[in-house]
Amino acid sequence: MGGYGLYVWGSYGVTLVLLAGEVIMLWKRKRELSKRETVPGYERRDPKLEVL
Amino acid sequence: MNWYKYAAPANFYPLAGKMIPWFTAVTIILFAVGLYFGFFVAPTDAQQGESYRIIFIHVPAAWMGMFLYVLLAIYAGIGWAFNARLASMMATAISPTGAIFTFISLATGSLWGRPAWGVWWVWDARMTSTLILLFLYIGFISLQSSIDDPRRADRAGAVLALVGVINVPIIYFSVQWWNTLHQGATFTARSFKMAPSMLWAMLILLAACWIYSIAVVLARVRCIIREREREAPWLAAEAISYERSADRVEAGT
Repeated sequence: MGGYGLYVWGSYGVTLVLLAGEVIMLWKRKRELSKRETVPGYERRDPKLEVL
Repeated sequence: MNWYKYAAPANFYPLAGKMIPWFTAVTIILFAVGLYFGFFVAPTDAQQGESYRIIFIHVPAAWMGMFLYVLLAIYAGIGWAFNARLASMMATAISPTGAIFTFISLATGSLWGRPAWGVWWVWDARMTSTLILLFLYIGFISLQSSIDDPRRADRAGAVLALVGVINVPIIYFSVQWWNTLHQGATFTARSFKMAPSMLWAMLILLAACWIYSIAVVLARVRCIIREREREAPWLAAEAISYERSADRVEAGT
């Protein structure tokens, strides 16, 4: 990258981490909901999941 | 066809579920094509060398941060004015994605500013107003999280969203109104100041970010509907149907 690798790959790396993180958090939230709906007596463990 | 029926969470929920896989597939294709164009087709910039390639994610992320805030404010306003539950849920669903894109635009802008301007950050009009946009997103999310009653949270969030929307045109016109370090508009409706291959890469990645946002917001609003409507009979029927199909998958039938 002509000496600019840190900046270019850093930018795309930050983007990948944040977007992938968002997708993973959403998947976890969906899984928590499914457990709550199908497992009798299951209580939500992580309220932070309700933000993302 | 009565499209208004999709204003009800019970009707919108299955529609959103059917749309998500298609939007996901298109997102992956657009990101792949856009990144290929950006790294292998677009030429090296004469002045900035390879560092300019950050533009292909920085500009789409900045635009998405602004677009999503306007969309959030519209949904919040509709939810408040018409007492429309689904519109308020959509505003809540949009906010984290908009905040993430705004943060990406600030982070990538900083990483681009260091080699281009020699500094990680300056308090110029565009960067400061974009930082304020990030604070507005965080404020919206925090305000809604701090209020237990969802409908009160929706109304409070709507006030903040509608007041804050004035910041979006300030961000957009800041490079014209003030003497800023940040460059002016790369392209307008009348002209564009970059090579066609660079422009195509940027536009394809902008489309990728848009479709990604739609997929993620639809997935999140389905979670919000399930949380808020948990006592509704239609959702109990969905849960039973899901449990039965999960049992069938487990049994291999």
